[in-house]
Amino acid sequence: MSKLAVNKDFCIGAGLCVLTDADVFDQDDDGIVTLLVDDPGDGPSIKEAVANCPSGALSLVDE
Amino acid sequence: MTETRELPLSMQREGFDPAPALAAIRENEGITKVSTGFGIDAWLITRYADVRAVLSDPATFSNSRVSELPLPGVDKIKRKELAERQAGNLLALDPPAHGRLRRLLTPEFTLRRIRRLEPRIVEIVDEHLDAMERKGPPADLVADFALPIPSLVICELLGVPYSDRAGFQERSNRQLDLSVPLDERLALQEESRDYMATLVERAKADPGEDMLGMLVREHGDDLTSVELIGIAGLLLIAGHETTSNMLGLGTLALLQHPDQLAIVRDQPERVDAAVEELLRWLSIVHSGTGKIATRDVEVAGQLIKEGEFVMCALPTANRDPQLRSEPDELDVTRGEIGHLAFGHGIHHCLGAPLARMELRTALPALLKRFPDLRAVSSTPDFRSFHVIYGLTSMEVAW
Repeated sequence: MSKLAVNKDFCIGAGLCVLTDADVFDQDDDGIVTLLVDDPGDGPSIKEAVANCPSGALSLVDE
Repeated sequence: MTETRELPLSMQREGFDPAPALAAIRENEGITKVSTGFGIDAWLITRYADVRAVLSDPATFSNSRVSELPLPGVDKIKRKELAERQAGNLLALDPPAHGRLRRLLTPEFTLRRIRRLEPRIVEIVDEHLDAMERKGPPADLVADFALPIPSLVICELLGVPYSDRAGFQERSNRQLDLSVPLDERLALQEESRDYMATLVERAKADPGEDMLGMLVREHGDDLTSVELIGIAGLLLIAGHETTSNMLGLGTLALLQHPDQLAIVRDQPERVDAAVEELLRWLSIVHSGTGKIATRDVEVAGQLIKEGEFVMCALPTANRDPQLRSEPDELDVTRGEIGHLAFGHGIHHCLGAPLARMELRTALPALLKRFPDLRAVSSTPDFRSFHVIYGLTSMEVAW
């Protein structure tokens, strides 16, 4: 089981995570990633969002 | 060093496809040394995974150090002067300087902000389709549709008078055309700067509701005039030369794949995926900004030495079987993000959400308005020497 880690300092606001799963990811007014759920898990859409993230702001870490 | 008019390997295509020689490099050695056409050689990276790795590592692959490269016929003093004027050009910056400017612009390009532009984009698209219909066939799809729509959108967004378009459309086109002599391209760059400088001064005196006005109002104290000119200049050129070529080439690609054209025209729920597949398959940006290795580093088993120039073959990487099965097939039903058409890493295209919105609006609208749209000539007018691939013109009838 892995856990989604978000590093907002790396985020460039490309919004690809929101395009990948808009139920989990959102952008704040500055364009920076925010999570809409407390525990998004590590399902297929989360893995895809991590893979698509251009800036390395999203990662999966082992629990 | 002399200037050559030979098309660099990184830009060679056969129709829509990267040249077979590029695919062969990707399948074999993965990396090769190529001539850039401006007097120095570059390492050309061709595989999806390697390109992603290079674009993800700005500490090792520097954009800003590209300004150290010699240019044929340009002396060191002039080179330094050119480099100083790069302030504000995000593509010429590394962290942390890059992040400082990018963060100022990111709020303007969030998905939510771009969605707010949708009604106006629909209106602009309809106006241009109305004009084509009134005038009747034939039309030049590039001049009457593909170029003016993104041009008007970026002008309104930035705060650039659209009535000045004859000047900046011509300049932005020729600046990126490698068949235009370098000194002329540098002169055009200066003209563009001068033009943008007048707009920045105007915005400083009377900041409007557009992006230039916002930058002056909210960040006027943090940004120098040179930075403002650089930012605005980059956004104007990027807003012109990208989406317009996707619209032109994308239309031509769909006309050659009638079954897929029908999907884009008739199935709105599949348009987003279709746009992603067209972006991947066409990969209009041949290589994006080159980079300088800041240390000795190995890519695809090849040692790249500190100071050497590195380029990424984006179309070739986007046709890597590691990314998609049957990568050379256009299949609009399978579009996914994760391709490299907008680049990757910190320089990932700032305007990508805007480009997506324009494409998903304009392509289906065009195909619905003219269900019998066809290209008049069977020989497409590809513009090979331009750093962004596209069509010079495309006569269409309906």
